[in-house]
Amino acid sequence: MIWRNASVRIGGVALALLLAIALAAPWLGTVDPSLFDAASRDLRPMQAGEIITLDGETLRHRFLMGSDSFGRDIYSRVLYGARVSLIVGLACALAALACGIVLGLLAGTLRWLDGPLMRVMDGVMAIPAILIAIALVALWRASLPTVILAIAIPEIPRVTRLVRALVLTIREEPYVEAAISLGTPTAKIMFGHILPNTAAPLIVQGTYIVGFAILTEAALSFLGVGLPPDIPTWGNIMAEGRVQFVAYPHNVFFPGVFLAVTVLAVNMLGDGLRDTLDPKMARRL
Amino acid sequence: MLVFLLLRLTPGDPAAILAGDAATAEQIAAIRVSLGLDRPLAVQFAIWLGKLLSGDLGQSYYFRMNVTALIAQRLEPTFALTALTMLLSVVISIPVGVIAAWRHGGWFDRALMGFSVLGFSVPVFVLAYVLIWLVSLQLGWLPVQGYVRISENFALFLKHLILPAITLSVIYMALIARVTRASVLEALGEDYIRTARAKGLPELRVLVRHALANAAVPIVTVIGIGVALLIGGVVVTESVYAIPGLGRLTVDAVLARDFPTIQGLILFFSAVYVLVNLLVDLSYAFLDPRIRL
Repeated sequence: MIWRNASVRIGGVALALLLAIALAAPWLGTVDPSLFDAASRDLRPMQAGEIITLDGETLRHRFLMGSDSFGRDIYSRVLYGARVSLIVGLACALAALACGIVLGLLAGTLRWLDGPLMRVMDGVMAIPAILIAIALVALWRASLPTVILAIAIPEIPRVTRLVRALVLTIREEPYVEAAISLGTPTAKIMFGHILPNTAAPLIVQGTYIVGFAILTEAALSFLGVGLPPDIPTWGNIMAEGRVQFVAYPHNVFFPGVFLAVTVLAVNMLGDGLRDTLDPKMARRL
Repeated sequence: MLVFLLLRLTPGDPAAILAGDAATAEQIAAIRVSLGLDRPLAVQFAIWLGKLLSGDLGQSYYFRMNVTALIAQRLEPTFALTALTMLLSVVISIPVGVIAAWRHGGWFDRALMGFSVLGFSVPVFVLAYVLIWLVSLQLGWLPVQGYVRISENFALFLKHLILPAITLSVIYMALIARVTRASVLEALGEDYIRTARAKGLPELRVLVRHALANAAVPIVTVIGIGVALLIGGVVVTESVYAIPGLGRLTVDAVLARDFPTIQGLILFFSAVYVLVNLLVDLSYAFLDPRIRL
């Protein structure tokens, strides 16, 4: 039933393809993304050149997407960069969902916690997400886990609000009342009765977080405050290439196209899932 | 308070960064004392809060000047950029959203929905480079980067701002057009629209006076919420186009671990965001006579 939606199909296929590319990166004619060769600096796409392996051998290599100002292969870096983007996207979504679900369930079921907790969430939401992420990342010394956390934290209030709102409607349902009157423990009601019924909107929300996280990670790397520059991420490749953009636009274009297509695929998947899983929300937007 | 604790409780010693790699432990300690970083956290917070209430955001470690003055100095480019972006977005996306709702399901509507998904997905900096490449490098119509103050040369000022404003407005437009379309579509289904049409009112009047006016509240709301997107976008856009505004300052301050400046900027941006949304809330009473303050 989900599969019949065109957006889900297009987005899903594009993402599956990208996942396959990320996993199969070593066998797709790439070299180690950290390899460089001063003799092969600033090659244009499709030009052939040489590259020195870690063992000191010199290989002939065709630079499908050209090379950067260190003589690194953009094609290899873009393919390996897909891994980073997908990991960051998924991990952020899972982290934000996990925290948001727990906090939302607590706020929705425990009356005394509701007020204070939601005020804190309102406070976090008053600061634009990217500013929180930038500040956190810069102060924690950027590494993969800190970047993921920094991007996930500003998303937590949104998930918490959604879960809380869902819980508040679901807890009035007759089956919850039945469970309470049967003396079911609160924790079991929270996780066994209420949580499963919040799944559809949460999957949709999670998909959007993946897209947002991939975008934010790229923006952070691009600004020079994200992952260290030696890690091949799309944002880092673009940050390195922007200085020479006028002469060699390919350093910016190839990772940019991959980034845009990936986020587009995620968003299409999200829209499609929303239309099929959550038709009430779909009519609102 | 949240902002303050967040920044102070994280590792990374600003004194060590200021002093540079060659500094001795005594030098670093001296800098720490001069910045007041040796005092207990609660005392630091009390001092900061006291000064904040009198409009003083403290002294920037890195730029060696008052943060309030620093923000004031960098405000013009950012304000000009966001104002132009908002103007551009509202003027274009509201009519587009209304037309899409009016011709619901037609090619224009489908094109708009396609564009809006695209607008949400293409990163601001990728779009910026595509525009620079096309408009500035290939066609040579506009300057590549930089900023000219409004008082120096108005024509040049505008020329430098057009591309950044277009870049920044795409995601904002996508958002506003989408919500306009949805809420006008909902209004068009109401009985009073049929009545208005039955009275023989011109279609334009039906759309603007009856449908759009009734759809105004969600549209204004999303314009307010979208300011968060603009603030995030400004940081990136100013970096790409080399505009010396608050966004560029944020990146510089973060790279230098200049706590007072980062704090001041986050506080400033959040205040603007909250203020804009307060204005939005107040405007409801004006837009919808049923809502009383």
